[in-house]
Amino acid sequence: MIEETIGLGKGAIRVKKTKIVSEDDVVTIAAYIFYTIFALICLYPFYYILINSISANDISERGKVIFYPVGVHFSNFIRVFKIPDLVNAAKISVLRTAIGSFATVFASGFLGYMFTKPSVWMRKLWYRMVVGTMYFNAGIIPWYLTMHNLRLTNNFLAYILPTIISPFFVVLCKTFVESTPKELQEAAVIDGAGTLGIFFRVLLPVIKPILATVAIFTAVGQWNSFQDTLLLMTDPKLNTLQFTLYRYLNQANSLKNLINTGGTAVMAQNLSNAQTATSIRMTVTVVVVTPVILIYPIFQRFFVKGIMIGSVKG
Amino acid sequence: MIAKSLKRTSLNDTLYIMPFIILLLIFSYYPLFGWVYAFFDYRPPKPLTLDAWVGFKWFKSMADTAVKRRQLMQVMANTFGISGLNLLFSWFPMIFAVFFNEMRSPRYRKFIQTITTLPNFVSWVLVYSIAYALLNSNGAVNAVLLKIGLIDMPITFLQSSKHIWLSMFFWMTWKNAGWSAVMYLAAISGIDEQMIEAARVDGASKLQIIMRITIPSLLPTYFVLVMLSLANFLSNGMEQFFVFQNAFNKDSIQVLDLYVYNIAMGSGGYSLSTAVSVLKSVVSVGLLALVNTASKKVRGEGFI
Repeated sequence: MIEETIGLGKGAIRVKKTKIVSEDDVVTIAAYIFYTIFALICLYPFYYILINSISANDISERGKVIFYPVGVHFSNFIRVFKIPDLVNAAKISVLRTAIGSFATVFASGFLGYMFTKPSVWMRKLWYRMVVGTMYFNAGIIPWYLTMHNLRLTNNFLAYILPTIISPFFVVLCKTFVESTPKELQEAAVIDGAGTLGIFFRVLLPVIKPILATVAIFTAVGQWNSFQDTLLLMTDPKLNTLQFTLYRYLNQANSLKNLINTGGTAVMAQNLSNAQTATSIRMTVTVVVVTPVILIYPIFQRFFVKGIMIGSVKG
Repeated sequence: MIAKSLKRTSLNDTLYIMPFIILLLIFSYYPLFGWVYAFFDYRPPKPLTLDAWVGFKWFKSMADTAVKRRQLMQVMANTFGISGLNLLFSWFPMIFAVFFNEMRSPRYRKFIQTITTLPNFVSWVLVYSIAYALLNSNGAVNAVLLKIGLIDMPITFLQSSKHIWLSMFFWMTWKNAGWSAVMYLAAISGIDEQMIEAARVDGASKLQIIMRITIPSLLPTYFVLVMLSLANFLSNGMEQFFVFQNAFNKDSIQVLDLYVYNIAMGSGGYSLSTAVSVLKSVVSVGLLALVNTASKKVRGEGFI
C-alpha cells in the first residue's frame, strides 16, 4: 500500500508514480465521479430555471436555452412583480411564514420548558396528548370539514392556528431544556423569579440553538405549504405563492389568465408583448425558490443538528 | 426548600399551558370526530342531522359496481406499485451515505452534501414546476434528445400514463435521497474509530471495511426505516401526486391518498371519501401493529 511506502520526500513520490492504481483508489475515484454526477442532477434543474428566466423570452420559449443564458435581461422580474395577484400572494406567503414560525417557535420553546416542570398539574397527561398526535391523523376530509365548521375556511388564521403545536418540535425543545443545568433555574428561583421570568430571562438565551433549528424547519414548512391553501382557501386574496405558482403552471394559457385576473387591460397588453408562458413560469419559479436557497446554506448546520438530536431521542 | 417549591403544583403554571392544550384539542383531536361523516349521508351545505344516518352504506358501496371495483383495483395497484418501488430501493440512501466519506476532501464533501440535500427543502409544486420546465416538449431533455438524434418527436413525459410510477419514484429520489442519507451519515460518524483503525492496520481494504464494519453497523437503522415504510405502505401522501396529475396520467398516478381527495373535492363525495380514509387508517394501524410484532420477534424490540 502507498501509505506503507512513506519515506523521504523525493523517494516517496517516485514510488507512488510507479505503483499501479490500488483498489482503494478506484473506490475513491468512483465515489468522486458518482457524487459529482448526482450533485449535478440535483443542481442542474435549478440552474436551468434560472438561466431561462433571465434569457431573451422568445428564445427561452422555443427551448433553446440549455447550458448558458442567451440575451440576458432582468425585466421579467420587474414585470412579474407588477402582476397584482402575485404581489399579494408574496405578501401572504411572507406573513404566514413570519407569524407562523414565530408562533411555533414560541409555543415549542415554552411548552418544552413547561413540560419539564413538576409544578404543572397532570403534566404527564398533557405531554402524552401532545406526543400522541404524531401517531394519528384524522385525514384530510374530516380535517377540512372541521376547519369549515370552525369558520376557518377563507381565513388567514387557518395558516397559523393549526400549525402552532408541533409535537416533534415540542419533544426536541423539552429534550434540550432537560439537558440544561438545573442550577440555572434554581438560582433564578432564589432570586425570586417566577415561571415566566425564568423562561424569558434565564432559559430563552440558553435554548437559542434549538429554537433556531425549530425556526428554520418551520419557516421552510410554512413557505412550502400548499395543501392548506388548496383545501381551505377559495378567496384568491388568501392564495400563497406556492398556490399561485401551481395555478400559473396549470392554466394551459397562463397569459390569458393573467390578462383576466391581472389588473388593467393596458398592463396586460404590455405584458403580452414581451412575456411568454414559459418566461412567466420560470420567473415565478425563481421567485418562489430563491428564499429557500438563500437561507439554506446558512442554516444547513441547524438541519443536521436537528435531525441528530431527533435521532438520539428516537 | 427550593426543591420543594419546584415540586408543588401551581395553578398558574398549569393555566399557562392551557391555551396550547385547547389548540391541540381543537386542531388535533376534534377532527377525529369527523370520522362520523363516514356513517352519514352528508351533503353540505345542509347541516348534519340524525336522519342522514346510513350505517355502513359507504363502506359497502366502495366496490359495489364493476366500474368502481376496477377503479379501486387500479388505485390499489398504483399505491402498491409506488410504495413497492420505494421499498425495493430503500437501500439507496444507505449506500449513498456509505461511500460518501470515500471522497477525501472534507470541503468537497460539504459542498456535495449541501447540493444533494437542497431539493428536500423545495415544495412539490416547485418540483413539478422544475419537472415541467425540463420535460415539456420544448424542455431541455427533449431538446437534447432531439439534437443527438435519439428521437424524432418530443416525448410527452408528463402527459402520459406510461412509466408514471417510475418517474414519480425518480422525483421522490431526486428530492429525498440526499437528505435521507444525512441520518445514515450521522450513524456512520458514531462508529468506533478504533475498530476501523484496527481493521486498517490488519490490512483491510476500503471495500472490506465497508462490507464488514460500516454496513453491518447501519443495518439496525435501515431495518427500522424499512419497518416504518412498511407500516406506511398505504400512505404515499397526496401533494406530489396531486401536482403531477393531469387528464392523461390520472389513471396511473391516483394513489389512495389522492383518490380520497379526488372523490371528496372533485365530486363532492365527502362521506364516501371519509369512509375510504377511515378504512385506510384502520388497515394502517393493523399494519403498524403487525410490523411492530415482527420487529419484536426478529430484533427482540419494537419501535413504537
